[in-house]
This record gives sequence, structure tokens and C-alpha cells, in this order.
Amino acid sequence: MSEHEYTPKSKAGKWFNDRLPLLTLGAHLTDYPTPKNLNYWWTFGGILTFCLITQIVTGIVLAMHYVAHADLAFASVEHIMRDVNYGWLIRYIHSNGASMFFLAVYIHIFRSLFYGSYKSPREVIWIIGLMIYLLMMAAAFMGYVLPWGQMSFWGATVITNLFSAIPLVGDSITTWLWGAYSVDNPTLNRFFSLHYLIPFLILGLVVLHIWALHVPGNNNPVGIDIKKPSKDTVPFHPYITIKDAFALLVFMIIFAGFVFFTPNVLGHSDNYIPANPLVTPAHIVPEWYLLPFYAILRSVPDKLGGVILMFSAIFILFVLPWLDTSKVRSAVFRPIYRQFFWILVIDVLMLGYVGAMPAEGIYLVLARVGTIYYFLHFIVVMPVVGFLEKTDPIPMSISEPVLTGGAEPSLARKVNDKV
Amino acid sequence: MSKEEKKVNRRDFLFTASYTVGAVGVGAVIWPMIDQMNPDKAQQALATTEVDISSIEPGKSITVLWRGKPIFIKKRTSEEIAEARAVKLDDLPDPQKDEDRVKEGKDEWLVMLGVCTHLGCVPLKDKGDFNGWFCPCHGSHYDVSGRIRKGPAPTNMEIPKFEFVDSNTIKIG
Repeated sequence: MSEHEYTPKSKAGKWFNDRLPLLTLGAHLTDYPTPKNLNYWWTFGGILTFCLITQIVTGIVLAMHYVAHADLAFASVEHIMRDVNYGWLIRYIHSNGASMFFLAVYIHIFRSLFYGSYKSPREVIWIIGLMIYLLMMAAAFMGYVLPWGQMSFWGATVITNLFSAIPLVGDSITTWLWGAYSVDNPTLNRFFSLHYLIPFLILGLVVLHIWALHVPGNNNPVGIDIKKPSKDTVPFHPYITIKDAFALLVFMIIFAGFVFFTPNVLGHSDNYIPANPLVTPAHIVPEWYLLPFYAILRSVPDKLGGVILMFSAIFILFVLPWLDTSKVRSAVFRPIYRQFFWILVIDVLMLGYVGAMPAEGIYLVLARVGTIYYFLHFIVVMPVVGFLEKTDPIPMSISEPVLTGGAEPSLARKVNDKV
Repeated sequence: MSKEEKKVNRRDFLFTASYTVGAVGVGAVIWPMIDQMNPDKAQQALATTEVDISSIEPGKSITVLWRGKPIFIKKRTSEEIAEARAVKLDDLPDPQKDEDRVKEGKDEWLVMLGVCTHLGCVPLKDKGDFNGWFCPCHGSHYDVSGRIRKGPAPTNMEIPKFEFVDSNTIKIG
């Protein structure tokens, strides 16, 4: 992993490091050669780590006051909001923290899509990242059930019923998930248990994600392989840590804005009504970060078909490194792909919008068009554009655009300004 | 040479036997871990409910809770029964005669699970294009017999196991 041997200065440090090389690991993380041209889109890894730790810390605190029982859960959440010292703050951080976590992860994923970070030799980093994303969705869904409001209950009912679409064994699986004949107290209990477990699974995967990242090193906005360490790299600390810290600060300001000024804007008011198994709310919507997938589910007029398509929309991302046939990583040098990338961004945003609207009329049409494009993008556009596209010339190194005038003028100018 | 071959065979047998016993052991431990999530005895004990239906007027319905799910009990008028029976089976996505959804001689009583067969929401009564129920979640329309007519739900609303204890009481489950 590290290019040069590290020896602790102090005798005690050396004694310890010979037995458990934690200090070597620390030195590796500090000196880790990082491409010097990383832009602010690369700061979301650090931001996501912050989000995970925030959720774990606030979650552990909330669990000290929450009661996972169908008769008591709703009241215990209100107890946290009204009676527990700073309970309102901790809960609002936790609930808005989930949204901020997804906001950051979506930017992180689209960063990867734009700069081709999922391509060889970084496929495993990408796949571990998607596993983290799947676990995040599971954790968020189960967490949303815990307050046992109307949206909790009916969201849980609709999502668990997705499994009833499986032929033959579907109903048995659904009953097994519930531990009852409907979403009920056993369901709430197990969701709480799993909601507590999943963040620690994510933490483990984050370690693997970073480990896998440190094998080939970071991709970068130019998307070329670089020599490490070299003129093209800077040590992770202090150069990247200070940049990450600044981005984190800006992120935290936005986060605090939600927590203190509009803590409920991302939630649904129906969840302040206690769960009632006899009445379904007029308009069920999932949390905003699941809306594009919800739109895909509803765009298909067949139950099993809708469920299959929705899961495919996520699982297709796992084979993305092999669907993209282009040798060039960064979309900066891919004039055609770059346009399709932005169409995909708009497509996913549109799917999110229609997912929040009733599934009828123009919204249904838009959902279907959006769903078709989503799959076309990955199955047709990515392989075909990779073959046909004439890419722009790629610089030999990160420093080259500065020294030679460069293939990408905007990039050269940016670096010149600093000089 | 033959001696060596024999040794290898004996070891293969031991490996296979060990793996088999190991797999059975692992299975024996995993099954309780999986089955503990199925409905327990307390849940199963809630499996029957008796309902007094004497106060329901013709054309009206009540909703009762059975196994955590709503049961619609509707006393249909003769016009509603006639309407349900006039429907051609070809018009139904999940063809089923109205006669098969009620108890013989008690044709006015429709007892069904008030759960949309799409994704489990509770449909609203007296709504939709077919004079029956309408599910607000994803827009499934059911007729006066609880049969799916339009929308994403794949099947008719389910008829639970039930019986008339006497003329005023039914037992569900």
C-alpha cells in the first residue's frame, strides 16, 4: 500500500507499531498521494463519512428514549420531541440527516458517473458503493417506519407488499417479513433491530470502500492514470483535508438551515397522525430520495412487472462498468456522452417529480417516458456512444495543460490563475 | 501406487461426510433463526373474530379488524346484487362469478378482506367507476362484488374463510 517504509520516531511508538502497525496506517492515510486537481465534487466522500457518523451518534441517543412497540412508539417519539432535553434537536438532526445523507450520496454517485470513476480499475469501489447505497435505502425505509405514524404504517405496508408480487412464495415471504398477518407490532420490533444494525454494516463497507480506493488511488477530473507520488499529486493531509473541511462547513450550514428553519419540509405531515390500519392516507408518497424508483414502479400497469423494473433500475448500476465501452474516463473529453449525462440527470429529477404526483394523466405519461429513457441510457446509449464517439485529445499528465497550453483551455486557464 | 489411491479415496469420503454433517448442522441452526420471524403463537391466536351483523342496514357496510387487516362486511341491496351478476365474465381481469364470492342463500352478505391486492392499501367504499371500491394509492377500481375492474391490482379482493354462526353473527377465520 505505501511506497516507503514508515518508522515511528518515539520508542514507545515503535514498540507499539511493531505489534500493531496502526501508526503505519495513520501515516499512509496522511501522506496518501492524491491528484492535485480534485475539485469540490470530490469532497462528498468526507461529507458522507460525516453524515454516517452523525446518524449513528444521534441514532444511539434516540434509541435511549424510543420505545419499539406499536402502542407506545408514536407517543415515545412525541415524548422525545417535547420532554427529552434537546430531544427535538437530536431527532430533527437525525431525520433531516437522512435526507442530507441521500443528497450527498446522489451527488457522489453522479460525480462518479460524470468522471467515469466506476471504470477499470475502480469497479470494486463502485460495487461496494452501490451496496452501501442499498443498505442506506433499507435503513432509511425502516427508520421512517419507527415513529409509527400513518406514512410509516402505510409506507411499510406498500413496500413489504412489493414482495407479494413474487410468484408462488410471495405471500409466505410477506407474512415472514411481517411476523404477523399485516404490518403490526412484530414488524415494528424487527425493523427497529435492523435499523440499529444496518449503519454498522455500512460502516464496515465504508472501510472496504476506502481500502479499495487506496489501491488504485483517486480518479480525478481529467480521468487519466497518474504516477504516485509525483508532480501530479499532493499529500492527503493537509491539502485535501482542508478542502474537505471547507466543503463540509458549507454542507453543515445547509444542514443546519433545514434543522433549525424548516425541519419538517422534507417529511410528510400525515406522519404526525398515529398509524391506523383501517384508513389509508389519500396520497401515499415515499421520502423524496426514493421517489424516482417509486415513479418507475408506478409507471408499469402490471404488479410483478413494476416491481421487477424498479429493482432492475438499481441493479443495472452494478454492471455499469461493463456496459460503458469507452476507454476515456472523464466526460470532460467526451462531447457526446457529456450531453447524455445531463439528459440522465434531468430524467432522474423528472422521475422524482412525477413520483410525488398522482399516477394519472400527464404524470403517468412522463413517468413512462422517463423510465424508458433511464433504461435506454444504460443499455443502449452507454455501450453505443462508447464505440462511436470521437473523444477530445487527452492530456498526458495533470500538469501538462499548464506547461503546454493544454488540450482543454478552460482547465489550463484555471491552473494558470493560481500561478 | 494402488495403496496411495486408496488413501486419497478414504480422505475424500471423510471430507464429504464431514461437509454433509456440517451442512446439516448449519441448516439445523439456521432454520430456527429464519422461522422465528414467522407469525408466533400469539399472532396465530388472533386468527378468528366473531362479528354481530344485525344492525347493518341494506346498502350499508361496516369494517372490522381481523388479524390486523380490515374486513369489509356489506349488506347489499337486491339492485346491487343484480348489478354484480349482470357483469359478463369476459369483462373481468380476474374472472369470478358473484355467486362464488358469497355464501349460498346469503347472497346479500359480501364479506371480504378490505385490502387492495396491488400493494395492500385500504380501498375507499362507494367510489370509483364501478359503484364499488376505489384504492387511492395507485388507482385500482373494484365493482360491487369486490372484483378488480380497472387499475394495477392483479386479482379480486380476497374472500376470507368465514361462516354464519347464526343469522345475526358471522365468524371470520
